[in-house]
This record gives sequence, C-alpha cells and structure tokens, in this order.
Amino acid sequence: MNSHTYEYEYLDGNAAGGELSNIFTMDVTAAKGQCAHCGATKRFAEAHLYMQAPGVVARCAVCEHVILRFVKGRQRAFLDLSGMTCLILDTSQPQEC
Amino acid sequence: MMWRVGTVVALHDETATARTIALKVPDWPGHIAGQHVDVRLTASDGYSAVRSYSIASAPNAEKRVELTVERLPNGEVSPYLTQELAVGDRLELRGPIGGWFVWRTQQTEPIQLVAGGSGIVPLMAMIRWRASTGSTAPFRLLYSVREPGAVFYRDDLQALSDRDNKVTLTYAYTRVAPKDWSRPPGRIDAALIAQTTWPSNLSPTCYVCGPTSFVESAAGLLTAIGNNPDKIRTERFGPTGDRK
Repeated sequence: MNSHTYEYEYLDGNAAGGELSNIFTMDVTAAKGQCAHCGATKRFAEAHLYMQAPGVVARCAVCEHVILRFVKGRQRAFLDLSGMTCLILDTSQPQEC
Repeated sequence: MMWRVGTVVALHDETATARTIALKVPDWPGHIAGQHVDVRLTASDGYSAVRSYSIASAPNAEKRVELTVERLPNGEVSPYLTQELAVGDRLELRGPIGGWFVWRTQQTEPIQLVAGGSGIVPLMAMIRWRASTGSTAPFRLLYSVREPGAVFYRDDLQALSDRDNKVTLTYAYTRVAPKDWSRPPGRIDAALIAQTTWPSNLSPTCYVCGPTSFVESAAGLLTAIGNNPDKIRTERFGPTGDRK
C-alpha cells in the first residue's frame, strides 16, 4: 500500500472477531454497539479497527470516538469498553462463529 | 474459539502472486459465505504470527476450507503460505469468524457484489454457495482488478456467468485492459457504478470488499446513486494483516 493512503489504514471490526472470540462466547461482529460519544448504534463489524498497536483499537464509524480497546499480555488481557454504552447481541441466530 | 488443525490437500495458483490453499479440517463446524478464519504460524522459538484470510469455498459437507492468499512483498506470513507451504502440511486456524459480512441462502433480494483485487475472495464464496444451493437470488458482480492477469477464479467466474440463472459479471481494469476493451483503464467511477450495478430502487444488498481506500470509494459511489448505507456491508483489508 502506498504511503499516501496512510490515513485509511484501518480495517473493520470484523477483523477483531477471532481475538474477541476468546472473550465472548457469541459473535461480536454482528452485534450492535452504541457509541458513548455520539450515540450512533452500528454493527461492531462496521467499526474502524486500528491494529498498528500492541493491541486493537476500534473507533465509531460515525464520529471516530474510541469504542473498544483490547490488549493481550502474557498472563492477562485488558478490555476497555467504556466508549460503548450498550452492546446488543442477537440471540436468535444459531451461532455460526 | 479454539484453534483447529487443517491439512493442506491441494494448492492452486490463481495468479503470479496469489495461491489458493485447500485444507481438510476434520473438526470443521461448517461456515457460511463471507466468513473468514485466522491463520496462526508458529516458529520453532515460539514466536507466532496471526493473519486473517477470507474463505473462498462455499459451505460443503466435506469439511474442506479454501483460502486464497495474495503474496505481499514484505509480508511476514503470505510469502510462506504462497511459496513454501506444501500438500500434506498442517496449518492452525481459528474460525469461522464473522456474522455480519455474510450472505445467507434465505436472502432472495438482489445482491450487488463489488470487489477490489483480492477482495473477490469472500464474494466468491457467496457466488459459489448461490450456485451450489440453486439459489435464484439475482447477483451482480463488479470486479476491479489491476490487469487481466490479476483476475482470481477466472474460469469459475466465466462458467457461472455463462449459464442460465447467471451472475452478471463486469470487470473494471485499473491499469491495463484487454485489447478492444470498451472502457479505458481506470478506477471504478460514478458512471460505471450507475451503468453496471443494480438500480437503487430495487433495494439491493451490497457487499464491498477490498483495500480500505477502494472500499471507501466504492461504498461512497453506491450511496451516491441512492443506495441506503444500511444496505451496504463492507470488509476492508490493509497492510497490517497480510490479507483482509
């Protein structure tokens, strides 16, 4: 990728699905999360995900406020969800992940 | 989610830099089209690297999972997967992952697929699943590639776009087009989106996959012709994780 595209170097929440499956028993990528900053409710898969760090940072796709931080250490994992006021998981679908 | 071990059963070069890896995963729980897996490589000193790759194969009863990996020049994982990995080797994977960027066979509405480069991979799983289940959901694919030699799954796509109940296929070449190609090489633009994608009044569900900048651009163009942003599902991949 060229350097001029640097500003776009984020993925989407979908890419964190594998890591977060160690924490959540349900698929988080299809869950809806409400941003604590702007109030937008979007699928976690739609969040902007930054992985150029020791952990992952997910930002609201609407306002870019941090909604999730996840860092794994040797014996511990840190999960910060203070940027999300609510996470709505769909319990009707069979678990495909 | 646990790591599973798959055995490489076949390798197939899609292009000069991309290879499809077919794995047999004995305890595979099954997947749906559009999902991905994480692949973990571990060195003898314990160092490990994890990358995400979309599944290219349709769900099947044979517990077969196909991944197509594009080799990145400075990649940590993709050179090994595309050049060193051999039939019979074992690979650790975690998945299937993702319940949002998926197409389910119960969906009967028009489907618009937009691929940029190796972004075709999860969309191909959707096209293959549609074919293998006999779904009649109307599918269109707009596939942007650098040049003719960079097209993945060319024969499969040709076969699926020639038959009855076809997938309507449009290639957009960004650098080099075939001789006599009607459109000069260039990125997907508003005119092409308007001419080749479903009219927005049909309320298609759109799946856009490719490099981040491509996804931003294509999703913006789809919205500009009247598609509801809520009907546009995107999957980006970038330099941080070999593919995806």
